[in-house]
Amino acid sequence: MPNLEHPAYPAATLLHLESLVPCRESQVSMLLSIFGERQQFSFPSIFIYGHTSSGKTYVMQTLLNTLQLPHVFVNCVEYFTSRLLLEEILIQLQSCSSETEQTSRVPCDNFNDFVRLFKQAVVSRELQDQTLYIVLDRAEQLREMEANILPAFLRLQELTDRNVTVVLLSEIVWELFRPNTGCFEPLTLYFPDYSIGHLQKILSQNHPPEYSADFYAAYINILLGVFYMVCRDLKELQHLAALNFSKYCEPVVRGEANERDTRKLWKNIEPHLKKAMQTVYLREISSSQWERLQRDDGEPGQLKGLSAHTHVELPYYSKFLLIAAYLASYNPVRTDKRFFLKHHGKIRKTNFMKKHEKTSNHLLGPKPFPLDRLLAILYSIVDNRVAPTANIFSQITSLVTLQLLSVVGHNDQLDGPRYKCTVSLDFIRAIARTVNFDIIKYLYDFL
Amino acid sequence: MSTCSVSKGCFVFKPSPKKRKLSQKTVNYFRERNNASEDTDVRFVTCQSLWNQIKLETEQIQEDLNKQLFDNLVSFLRQSHSEFQEKTTEWTCRMKSREIPTAALVLGVNVTDHDLTFRSLSEVLQNNITPYIALLEAKDCPGIKNLMQKLMGQLMNCYIDVDSLEDEDHMQVSQNKIRCSMTSIISWYQNVTKKTDSETPSKKRTSSSRHWQSPPVVVIFKDMESFTTKVLQDFIVISSQHIHELPLVLVFGIATSPMIIHSLLPHSVSSLLCIELFQSLSCKEHLSTIIDKLLLTAQFPFKLGEKVLQVLINIFLYHDFSVQNFIKGFQLCIVEHFYSQPLSVLCCPLVDAKKRVNSLSHDQCENIRRLPSFRRYVENQASEKQILLLTADNFLKEITQKLLEDLYVYHENYVSVLRCLHVFTSSLPKYPLGKQIRELHCACLENRVWETEEYESSLQLARMLNKSDLVTMLQQCVEIFVSSSGKEFDKTIEKLKEFLTQFQELEAEAFQEQDGSVSAQKELQKKTDLYHLQKTLLELKESRRSKKLTKFEMLRFEVVDYVDSLVRTYLVPADHKTLHEIMYFNTASVLRGHLNAAPRVALHTALNNPYCYLKNQALKSDGGNISNKAPDICIVYKLHLECGRLINLVDWLEAFSTVVTAVEGPNTDAASSDQVDDIIHARFIRAVSELELLGFIKPSKQKTDHVARLTWGGC
Repeated sequence: MPNLEHPAYPAATLLHLESLVPCRESQVSMLLSIFGERQQFSFPSIFIYGHTSSGKTYVMQTLLNTLQLPHVFVNCVEYFTSRLLLEEILIQLQSCSSETEQTSRVPCDNFNDFVRLFKQAVVSRELQDQTLYIVLDRAEQLREMEANILPAFLRLQELTDRNVTVVLLSEIVWELFRPNTGCFEPLTLYFPDYSIGHLQKILSQNHPPEYSADFYAAYINILLGVFYMVCRDLKELQHLAALNFSKYCEPVVRGEANERDTRKLWKNIEPHLKKAMQTVYLREISSSQWERLQRDDGEPGQLKGLSAHTHVELPYYSKFLLIAAYLASYNPVRTDKRFFLKHHGKIRKTNFMKKHEKTSNHLLGPKPFPLDRLLAILYSIVDNRVAPTANIFSQITSLVTLQLLSVVGHNDQLDGPRYKCTVSLDFIRAIARTVNFDIIKYLYDFL
Repeated sequence: MSTCSVSKGCFVFKPSPKKRKLSQKTVNYFRERNNASEDTDVRFVTCQSLWNQIKLETEQIQEDLNKQLFDNLVSFLRQSHSEFQEKTTEWTCRMKSREIPTAALVLGVNVTDHDLTFRSLSEVLQNNITPYIALLEAKDCPGIKNLMQKLMGQLMNCYIDVDSLEDEDHMQVSQNKIRCSMTSIISWYQNVTKKTDSETPSKKRTSSSRHWQSPPVVVIFKDMESFTTKVLQDFIVISSQHIHELPLVLVFGIATSPMIIHSLLPHSVSSLLCIELFQSLSCKEHLSTIIDKLLLTAQFPFKLGEKVLQVLINIFLYHDFSVQNFIKGFQLCIVEHFYSQPLSVLCCPLVDAKKRVNSLSHDQCENIRRLPSFRRYVENQASEKQILLLTADNFLKEITQKLLEDLYVYHENYVSVLRCLHVFTSSLPKYPLGKQIRELHCACLENRVWETEEYESSLQLARMLNKSDLVTMLQQCVEIFVSSSGKEFDKTIEKLKEFLTQFQELEAEAFQEQDGSVSAQKELQKKTDLYHLQKTLLELKESRRSKKLTKFEMLRFEVVDYVDSLVRTYLVPADHKTLHEIMYFNTASVLRGHLNAAPRVALHTALNNPYCYLKNQALKSDGGNISNKAPDICIVYKLHLECGRLINLVDWLEAFSTVVTAVEGPNTDAASSDQVDDIIHARFIRAVSELELLGFIKPSKQKTDHVARLTWGGC
């Protein structure tokens, strides 16, 4: 295990830092050696990437805070325009050490202004002799801003001629960032995923004060055994651990088992965790509902999850419109004659279809269809006469706003709009059943 | 009306002059058509007051129906952040990631009704939980920037609304200058909450008792389905980072099913939310309550005829599921009735109606005499009475008063008996007369319900009901009659109670009978001789087959017959009643024209039969032949109806010029015919391009000089 060593910082601080970032020691020591001493110029830009919750943000934050390096930390999702982003950096810079001073708002519209104001701020804050770190979290958002922002940040040191290093944090690789026109290549650093051992170690670190560390570690072991297959997100695991811990302790609290009785405790918690995986992990029921269930010792079965409520009640003609749209989406146009004409004659499927139609339309997904076809099918599947009233047309639009249909192409194309039906087969079968319409008989795939 | 006040109380609203002017105009509009009758003002006022009553009633119903849902939501909001405020030090709370409390509010597909629900919801929340509420709509938020702008605008305005008098300087910070970011919202929130804390308690006592120290900020997404995924995701990610500083609560208005949350948000985002589900009452139940409270009551004199009601219900069930539209349709019926029917002046509570009858003018009396139902009534009278009715206004008024009274009594009885019949029919298998009371109501309005097959079959089924069902139904009927205001039902109640006691007696007898049968069986066991046994068995079988109806069956028949007799006396269709035209609005065609517009049909009528809209005598035709006086586009349209899918432009032009020149002179002979006049040519081209604009044809690339028809079907 590499111990952190650096001549510029006191050993006690480094030791403290090491305890704060378990399983990330090698990355931290790497960063420290890149950073160098306080007054030394560092690499102009560093790009750190790794999967969700691999500790990028946390490590950067702890590192900069513990060593008390001057830094600015900005989340690019939160500051969604370049203007907001640049202003936020300047504001944080102003308030960096002088908390008492009321920060005045500086309008900063473009990068040119930013460079000018940045120089001023650095001078006024007397930061020339130290490296200033600008950390941009969720840096992938930068690609959606103006084209000059990302390249400019990458060579900020050169542009401002100050001792500054920009650190970009992202979940995607650098290759997806590189602009067409080329740019300064940052130093890339990869944070690998935590392994199961790492997770175990990190999660066990924060045990509740009432129980011993071993007891909690055993619990974490069981938890990881259930959840590691589906979830490696540290935050989510921690959340789940906190949610279910009280259930794990139950036998101990009741005095039925002692803390070492691992097998008994496992028997108690395992089905419970499995249930949690199907419900609360998927956010089928909320964590507060889950806790309430635990407290009342209720069965999770009585609380229906979100996906249990799939039934959608629609007006009569909307149902038929949706059915017609489904048929139009999944049947080839040539088969309409066979399904909706009275005397279509006998057409066998085998000699009737072209080669490419042999693959199931349900595998290929819905195809777009024009409005006329939808209405023609509607008129033939509804038993009584349907007048083409304005209500029918507005119902089509409502189905689009409800996301049951979707418009293909531009919205402003008034003549001949084309639609797609976006509902699933199960959904449409449930709808068809309520109006006694045997949809399977009308689907080419099921012929 | 809404006030800007935070407290509840009485407020005086002086009618604004603008509004009065407006209603004056409407009165004038009422007057315009029926200048013959002088009752227009009275009619207008009656109409207005009736509508106001109904509006109040509907609002009350809405409030009652939503109460349960809102109560749940309010308690959810109360809990949502209190937990964290109380025990932030506890281990579990430290370890748990802090999720954003989210209420998924499933409201059903009737999107038009949602606005009202959200408005009352925000009112309720404002009164109980928090002043900080933002209502967001998808069409205002195409990007995260617009969303933040909208959110900040609404939040900060609501703050200013609360105490606008205190700090005018706050207003000066115009919205554009504030940075649209979460940090500014947080600093604003800290400012606001700090201020309310530091303020003198006397000043803010009312508000502090209702909201606590740091009230949550509620953000309502009205139409979840229409929001783009990106905007929602970004907003949730941003706000989850600041949940510690800003107690945010989200409300998702969902029209379809809660599954949409999972399809809109990836797991990484939805794991930031703590979603609880709330479901509103289904719109069908809402409609049933509305019909129950507005139509099946004697409270309002105005009634809907069968066809009109059917139109309204059909629009609801077939097209939109919107209760608001149903009420709007109902309002239209009221206005149309008072506008078009001069005698609707009598459509008011009975006391007023009697007074108004006395002051009717001669013209109005003539109007009464012209009513078909009144004529039918006159024909059934003795001859001298007929003369009196047709000549003496005073006598007519006297009779009218009596008839109106009859009509009122009829209504009162009708409702009770209808409900009673519904108790019976709604529990029959397969519901021959409909499950809902509205279906039964329509059936009864349409014609004599006892002559229909469905009624016959439901009586048959009722004769097979078992005893416990029958008894509970009878009890329900007794309750209905007791609570009804009709005076004639004392006897009915007595009769029904008598039935009930008879059933109880039967029960007592049944015990004894059981004893009897047991003894018979015992006798059977005694018989050991085979021959005797066979004989007794045969006897038993015989007796069972030819057995007379048991007492219970007799009684059941009696009950059903009695209900039948009630139906026959009280559920006479309304249009068999004299003077029903005064109370019942029955012109369904008008309503259909207004509410269920058919643009294509209207276009076809306009082009095919221009007289229908232009009202020019010259255009009046028997159909079939094409008049050359019609507008060019009509001629072109009629000609194109005769063509197939592709139309030859040259042939079409020739036909057009033939029609146009047909009357101008049969004497101008063939010399000019092969050369088409330039003006006619120009007219033709214009008409064709107009037709193209309307979407009937489009240029075709299949053949030169041809256009394709876009509609099908000929003349």
